[in-house]
Amino acid sequence: MLSSALPRRVGVGFKPEHFADILTEPQPVGFFEVHAENYMGAGGPPHAQLGRLREDYGLSVHGVGLSIGSMQQLDRHHLARLKTLCDRYQPESFSEHLAWSSHDSVFLNDLLPLPYTEETLARVVEHVDQVQMTLGRQMLLENPATYLLFADSTIEETAFLAEVARRTGCGLLLDVNNVFVAATNHNLDPGDYIDRFPLAAVREIHLSGHSETADELGAPLLIDSHDTPVKDPVWALYQEVLGRIGPVASLIEWDNDVPAWPVLRAEAASAQHLLDAAHRSVAA
Amino acid sequence: MSATLQSAFAAGLLATGPAPGGLTAWNNKTPERRYGVYRNNVMASLTAALASRFPAAENIVGQAFFQAMAQTFIAAHPPSSPVLLAYGDDMPDFVANFAPAREVAYLPDVMRLEIARGRAYHAADAPPLDPTAFAAIDPARLGGLVFEPNPTLSVLSSLHPVITIWAMNAGARPLAKIDVWHGEHALIARPQMTVEITSLSPGGAAFFHQLVAGATLAIAVESTIRKHADFDLSDNLATLLRSGAFSAIHQDKTNEDRNHV
Repeated sequence: MLSSALPRRVGVGFKPEHFADILTEPQPVGFFEVHAENYMGAGGPPHAQLGRLREDYGLSVHGVGLSIGSMQQLDRHHLARLKTLCDRYQPESFSEHLAWSSHDSVFLNDLLPLPYTEETLARVVEHVDQVQMTLGRQMLLENPATYLLFADSTIEETAFLAEVARRTGCGLLLDVNNVFVAATNHNLDPGDYIDRFPLAAVREIHLSGHSETADELGAPLLIDSHDTPVKDPVWALYQEVLGRIGPVASLIEWDNDVPAWPVLRAEAASAQHLLDAAHRSVAA
Repeated sequence: MSATLQSAFAAGLLATGPAPGGLTAWNNKTPERRYGVYRNNVMASLTAALASRFPAAENIVGQAFFQAMAQTFIAAHPPSSPVLLAYGDDMPDFVANFAPAREVAYLPDVMRLEIARGRAYHAADAPPLDPTAFAAIDPARLGGLVFEPNPTLSVLSSLHPVITIWAMNAGARPLAKIDVWHGEHALIARPQMTVEITSLSPGGAAFFHQLVAGATLAIAVESTIRKHADFDLSDNLATLLRSGAFSAIHQDKTNEDRNHV
């Protein structure tokens, strides 16, 4: 089974509107990440661009529609499409979410939450096994940004992820923005979440922006909107994690209100600066 | 989660009314607004997916109208696949029967044109016919040729000036009053990496529809001329080669005796 092997550098989520800018000169990014579902057409400019980028950069294929947290069976057709995509581009990493998005043949196009119980744990483990077996590669599972909890949950999210990783051998994608968003939404300390997280299994980190609103009682409710620069407390969490585990592949995700390339590149440079410091402290 | 809880969670997302049971929050045992975030994410992301497929249609009716129409469509026709590249292929038919859009009778055809463009964009890459493709063929056998459509090809006939309206609402042509309202016929294909729209005459459209359906060149010409006396064959053959509409030609073996232009 292929292990996830992204370069321990900063990457960015690829947006087609940046393609021409990226080609003008070698860019200081270690890899690009794409949403798998945007490359499931048969041909045309999306594949031409991805093939061209692949010549010069690392690649992370990030699925947003497999519905690993579904209590129903995985969509075999979708899994087959993911295999075709991974076979074609041979990405350094494939990742998906601890969430569900399809139910009874309806695709809901959002990363929906699940309660953490022995029953859901068994189902997620079964699905991750099936994905890794089909793709012939290790996958990374990402911690979700959540807005509510389930009365039936009996396992902490960090313990749930640790157990999935232990039973399946999958790696974890630690989204530090999601940590901050979810911890705030559940009135928890994000540092405490990081303390409990199985950091040894982390193969990639996600960084992104969020927006702020409030619930009906006036408590802060953060939304994982990917439409702003990374916020200060998220940078702080990122540094905290790098301090503990050393340099790891890190991605700037900016999916909505996408900025011009120089802005995104500068955001990546900020992350690379912190990553370089982590490299130096490992070397010291 | 029991499967029941997941079913209730899913069903509530495309509905109105209270959040399903079994949910909680640190400060609230009935977290309606928190559940509402998911409800909003589902509707907003699917609406955005449709708006990105139909930007000209959105421009025509305005964002607020388009969103309301999209939400009605989504509730009745949610996507069945996580690949949204083809989501909304059945929206023009829905819009044709959507009473508030009745005054914009041309809207479904503009949307069909946008669908054809999107399909051409994502279809398999296939080289267009070599411009000299006909030169190598014995003139006596030209009539027996059948044409393999390029995977990117669509031919769309409308009772409305659909290309003109699309172009004005896609920023490809300045907005202007349309003085003579007549039907337009569009050939949509992607010869290389750019999707192109070619305007066809009524006869040209009939001719291309025939070829796409698998008629030999002879039969296509014959049946087109019967209804369109002004049909210009050499002009349309030039369009055929220039537009990248077809990717291969071969001799039809079944009707050798009818293959004379």
